[in-house]
Amino acid sequence: METNSQSPEVVLDVDNLTTEFQTPEGLGRAVDGLSFNINKGETLGIVGESGCGKSITALSILRLVPSPPGNIAGGSVRLGNRDLMQISEREMRDVRGNDISMIFQEPMTSLNPVLTLGYQITETLRRHEGLAKHEATARAIEMLALVQIPAPERRVKEFPHQLSGGMRQRAMIAMALSCNPRVLIADEPTTALDVTVQAQVLDLIKDLQERLGTAVILITHDLGVVAETAQRVIVMYAGRKVEEAPVESLFANPQHPYTRGLLASVPRLGATTGAHSSDSRPARLAEISGIVPPLTEIPSGCAFAPRCKQATEKCTAAQPPLEETEHPGHRVACWHTDKVAV
Amino acid sequence: MLQYMIRRLLQIVPVLLIVTLMVFALMLAIPGDPARALVGPGEALDEEQLEIIRKEFNLDKPVLVQYGIWLSKVVRGDFGRSSQYQRPVLDELRTRAWVTLQFGIAAWVLAVVIAVPAGIISAVYRGRALDYIATLISIGGVAIPNFWFGIMAILVFGVYLGWLPAQGYVNIFEDPIEGLRHMILPVFALGITSCALIMRQTRSAMLEVLAQDYVRTARAKGMSEPVVIGVHALRNALLPVVTVFGLQTGRIFAGAVVIETVFGIPGMGNFMVLAIFARDFMVVQGGVLIMALAVLSANLLTDLIYAWLDPRIRYND
Ligand SMILES: Nc1ncnc2c1ncn2[C@@H]1O[C@H](COP(=O)(O)OP(=O)(O)O)[C@@H](O)[C@H]1O
Ligand SMILES: [Mg+2]
Repeated sequence: METNSQSPEVVLDVDNLTTEFQTPEGLGRAVDGLSFNINKGETLGIVGESGCGKSITALSILRLVPSPPGNIAGGSVRLGNRDLMQISEREMRDVRGNDISMIFQEPMTSLNPVLTLGYQITETLRRHEGLAKHEATARAIEMLALVQIPAPERRVKEFPHQLSGGMRQRAMIAMALSCNPRVLIADEPTTALDVTVQAQVLDLIKDLQERLGTAVILITHDLGVVAETAQRVIVMYAGRKVEEAPVESLFANPQHPYTRGLLASVPRLGATTGAHSSDSRPARLAEISGIVPPLTEIPSGCAFAPRCKQATEKCTAAQPPLEETEHPGHRVACWHTDKVAV
Repeated sequence: MLQYMIRRLLQIVPVLLIVTLMVFALMLAIPGDPARALVGPGEALDEEQLEIIRKEFNLDKPVLVQYGIWLSKVVRGDFGRSSQYQRPVLDELRTRAWVTLQFGIAAWVLAVVIAVPAGIISAVYRGRALDYIATLISIGGVAIPNFWFGIMAILVFGVYLGWLPAQGYVNIFEDPIEGLRHMILPVFALGITSCALIMRQTRSAMLEVLAQDYVRTARAKGMSEPVVIGVHALRNALLPVVTVFGLQTGRIFAGAVVIETVFGIPGMGNFMVLAIFARDFMVVQGGVLIMALAVLSANLLTDLIYAWLDPRIRYND
């Protein structure tokens, strides 16, 4: 057990993480001084529009940012008493898929089309747990049963194209959880799925997390998903954290104009879905004009200022610090919200 | 899978018919009297005698009828007689086809064995010195015709350095060492273009696959780079490459015609060239049939390997 200043519950502590990309237009920051932590058994939601740096954050934690053009320029990611940014690549490989697992947005392309599901699951088990082939296969079948895939004995011999999108994502989850990781990073796990299947997969993640005690970082652009699943939420914009709060507090008292815009764009639950397109990713938010700036054009003050109705000179001049609000655990980086008097 | 194989086998038949019929018609279109060619050079015959020969060999019948007669004999294993040698065509072709097959397979294996690893290395070390060197060599390999390589190889290694025999053929099963020594230069000349092409294809396929989501998944599972590249990426990258393997068979046979002439190797290519000049009708016909069969079999084999590698084909049929 660790004895440092951290709360013993914290499994992953990200501090001042910064990831840069070399683009033809110059150097840009996809993740800019991001800090957060996650407790054992907790679900942390990370929300923000497409292009806000959510996926790069996840990939940075696993040190899988494509390099070049990407580069983790600074910060630390503590897992237990180790800083993942400092350990060797060999040690890092023992962390990936074992201590920290990741599932991706596209179940269609994230599984290898020429390898059986059984192979893809057992491979992880044999790599990290040193299981013999038959033991690993037995575990793989167990895992597939755990994620409620029918006839798992048969499915292990099948290939990804023989499964539906929802089933593939279940298989991905089985694969990710097979070595009992301490942290599961789920990057838009339901975005590519049908609405009905989305709910099933989210329920599954929730259920497994309770049973296995895994900490989950749930990345999504959909606040509806966060409301149902997460205990705590981080709102990201242009690589920075603009707001952080327990989920109830965020929905009850959204502080940042960006958060409010995101909330206003969530389709009301229970509204008739008939007219709604099944594509749950709007190109633009109804309530906020403009788009996320490209990496090399992020404004120097508050990154959101050009799109913000409340923006003043101060906003374009200086970047607002993240400060506590009157609500416990609720912090925001904005010059124009009411904060607790210092 | 079985159904797929049967269907592919059946597809071969019409292709063979079309190819042989085309060659049949082409040979008849070449100027000169086939009857005269049939008796061989140096025999002075009058019109009457030629007429008898035409009758005997059905040369007076329409092309399609002649083709039909030829075909009906071929399916019974009778390829006719060579007018140059006055021996059964099949006996003549068999030994030569065997020689060409040895060179072809050796060139093909050499190409694959060098090209696939080189392509992988080139992709993995993209933009570094190794990649540039490999790219340079492969561009040269594609751009320069293989007979030129053959002639240069003869000059450098055969004539100037004197390391390797520059001409002729020794049966590798009778004298393995000499046989091998005689094979090195022609096999190199024959395979280099295919090698370069396969390498380019492997490199680009590998680059594409390395950017795929499932490769990222493999890394996220903690797989080491050799496993990521050798298992997860390569299996997928080989799919387009295997297609190229098949196409190279035709190229290697075409190359054999030239290379066998350059190196004085008694193979099919060499033999066919002589047969065409001599208007040795049955030899050309039989030779084309055998070559077409070989190319089609190689393509069939390619398709089977493809299906074996790609479960989406194996199971969706
Ligand atoms: N390989 C890359 N090269 C250059 N820029 C990249 C690369 N990958 C991501 N980015 C940029 O980083 C920013 C954050 O991307 P990402 O983390 O994928 O966003 P999100 O997951 O929130 O939708 C985007 O502006 C994107 O264009
Ligand atoms: Mg993303």
